[in-house]
Amino acid sequence: MPSLPDMMTPDAEGLARQAGQGGAHAPAADADQDAFVEFLLRMGDNALILGHRNSEWCGHGPVLEEDIAMSNIALDLIGQTALWLGLAGEVEGKGRSADDLAYLRDAWDFRNLLLVERPNGDFGATLMRQFLFDAFHFLQLRALTGSADPRVAEIAQKALKEVSYHLERSAEQVIALGDGTAESHARMQAALDDQWGYAQEMFASDATDVTMAAAGIAPDPASLRKPWDDTVDAVLAQATLKRPESSFAHKGGKQGTHTEHLGYILAEMQFLQRAYPGASW
Amino acid sequence: MSSEWPLWEVFIRGQHGLNHRHVGSLHAPDADMAIKHARDVYTRRNEGVSIWVVKSVDIAASSPSEKGPLFEPSNDKVYRHPTFYDIPDEVGHM
Amino acid sequence: MYAQLVKSEGKSQAELTPEDIAFQERIDRGEKIEPKEWMPEGYRKTLIRQIGQHAHSEIVGQLPEGNWITRAPTLERKQILLAKVQDEAGHGLYLYCAAETLGVSRDQLLEKLHSGEMKYSSIFNYPTLTWADMGAVGWLVDGAAIMNQVPLQRTSYGPYSRAMIRICKEESFHQRQGYAIMMKMATGTPEQKRMAQDALNRLWYPSLMMFGPSDKDSVHSVQSMAWKIKMNSNDELRQKFVDQTVPQAEYLGLTVPDPNLKWNEEKGGYDFSEPDWDEFYQVLKGNGPCNKERLGARVKAWEDGAWYRDAMVAHAKKKAARAVAAE
Repeated sequence: MPSLPDMMTPDAEGLARQAGQGGAHAPAADADQDAFVEFLLRMGDNALILGHRNSEWCGHGPVLEEDIAMSNIALDLIGQTALWLGLAGEVEGKGRSADDLAYLRDAWDFRNLLLVERPNGDFGATLMRQFLFDAFHFLQLRALTGSADPRVAEIAQKALKEVSYHLERSAEQVIALGDGTAESHARMQAALDDQWGYAQEMFASDATDVTMAAAGIAPDPASLRKPWDDTVDAVLAQATLKRPESSFAHKGGKQGTHTEHLGYILAEMQFLQRAYPGASW
Repeated sequence: MSSEWPLWEVFIRGQHGLNHRHVGSLHAPDADMAIKHARDVYTRRNEGVSIWVVKSVDIAASSPSEKGPLFEPSNDKVYRHPTFYDIPDEVGHM
Repeated sequence: MYAQLVKSEGKSQAELTPEDIAFQERIDRGEKIEPKEWMPEGYRKTLIRQIGQHAHSEIVGQLPEGNWITRAPTLERKQILLAKVQDEAGHGLYLYCAAETLGVSRDQLLEKLHSGEMKYSSIFNYPTLTWADMGAVGWLVDGAAIMNQVPLQRTSYGPYSRAMIRICKEESFHQRQGYAIMMKMATGTPEQKRMAQDALNRLWYPSLMMFGPSDKDSVHSVQSMAWKIKMNSNDELRQKFVDQTVPQAEYLGLTVPDPNLKWNEEKGGYDFSEPDWDEFYQVLKGNGPCNKERLGARVKAWEDGAWYRDAMVAHAKKKAARAVAAE
């Protein structure tokens, strides 16, 4: 994607400096530790729920090559889930594994963005959601490679490689489908309009985010707004799609107030663990 | 419209610096997507590999001779692959 | 196996031309036949049918296991299952490409699948009802498929042979992951053991059907074997499968649902009951438990994806035109 702004070159140092401004002190009073766990759940739950949604396409994609590519993205995200939730359990210190966290929490304890739990819609809507999230995820991970917590930086390093590719792919396809036919253009514009309000939740900082930024562990999501806008605007322009004007944000996912959809995802995903408690699989 | 995506031949050079090798084919709307698909289908995203794609219709290949097509093994191998090798019996067994 | 009852288009001995005979001699010498080389029309048509059916089986075969991806019980199981079903898409892709070297396009083959003109393996018309089925499908269905695919690496048609080599290499983990699930279940809670036995009960005979009916009288088989498109007889592979699988079931502490199963010292293999061939033909005719769902899912994916495929081509054309205009 040569025409995109420079999003493939990690500026880890700059962002790390920014993230680390308040973070000279050693990690974690108790309040900080709660916020840290909360933050890790947000990372893990976004990856888990989006990976789960993407995996629903396996066997149902519009063409074999895309079926395979979408499964690769889902595999990457579920792999990242295991790392983030594994670390969340470790930091929490109550002996919960990544699987415990994925399979034994109810919806109100999930911390993913509303955007990623919404139903897939058509393949174009899935790609639009992927793009809006990838553009954010990429910036977030790039900043996290400079985290004051080396475990976070290490996971981010690995995930960033994968997500750079996700973004390259989803951006290219949003451009292609926006530009393609009258029908594809209309579908992509509708998908964008539909998801725009949900995408805004990504930048809504709360107390957890502020604490993490102050500790130098993670960037304040609000600080990612500008570079996200740059990427998204550039891609939408090439895609001949119109950026929605509304700045309204649907919120709540990060704090555990979800849409009705998440309950159904969990009912399906957690079925075996719930029906046969304690069994080993 | 419903036009079929064109067929591409995929050539990959692995990390060990050998020549690009034909690994298979796939369908893609254009060269950029063909390279991405090749990465997803044929390398499962190994990094450090170089991928070539070329439209199958653009490959010029030598033809079997008019005289002896039945008796001479032909050199017309558009789909050049490593020669056949035996998979040991253990494959597929427990 | 994934290609059942493939009609072969051979000629009688008297009809053979000198070209036919020379072609057969090449095959007998172990030479590979490559695209664009002369081949009998019957060889080409039979191969298209067989490779096409094999490819269709891979992509329809994504569905019964895909059914459990969103319900896999751990993150690791989810990844393994997703990777496996993804592999099946890849194997379909390789096989369609091999068929395309014979002068048929992938879209044409898919049309024939969607219209019901071409078949896929009967096994994928059975439902996957519990998590143990993910184990049993890997263990039994992939186990049966591998019986067929390993020898097919030596098939006479070059592109088919190469596709099989790649597929066998990638598939080596499929059966093992299935058996690993079965081991977990068989040593797990009483409910898990019950699930494992239930899966074996339901999938045993459909797995035996995968090899097709006894082919000792079939002229099609004889011709396909002479052409090295088919490497072993159905009965031979079925026997081998039973002999391999029964001890594995015993190791799991599970009972093969066949009261007639008995070791036959003389032949050095098991005696076993035939599956219900009426059921087999009913399933092929479209009356299996999941025929409509399976084919319906494929048709829906294809039709829902039409706008996407068209738009990607339209964009590629515009992009190319813009590049030309810019020069």
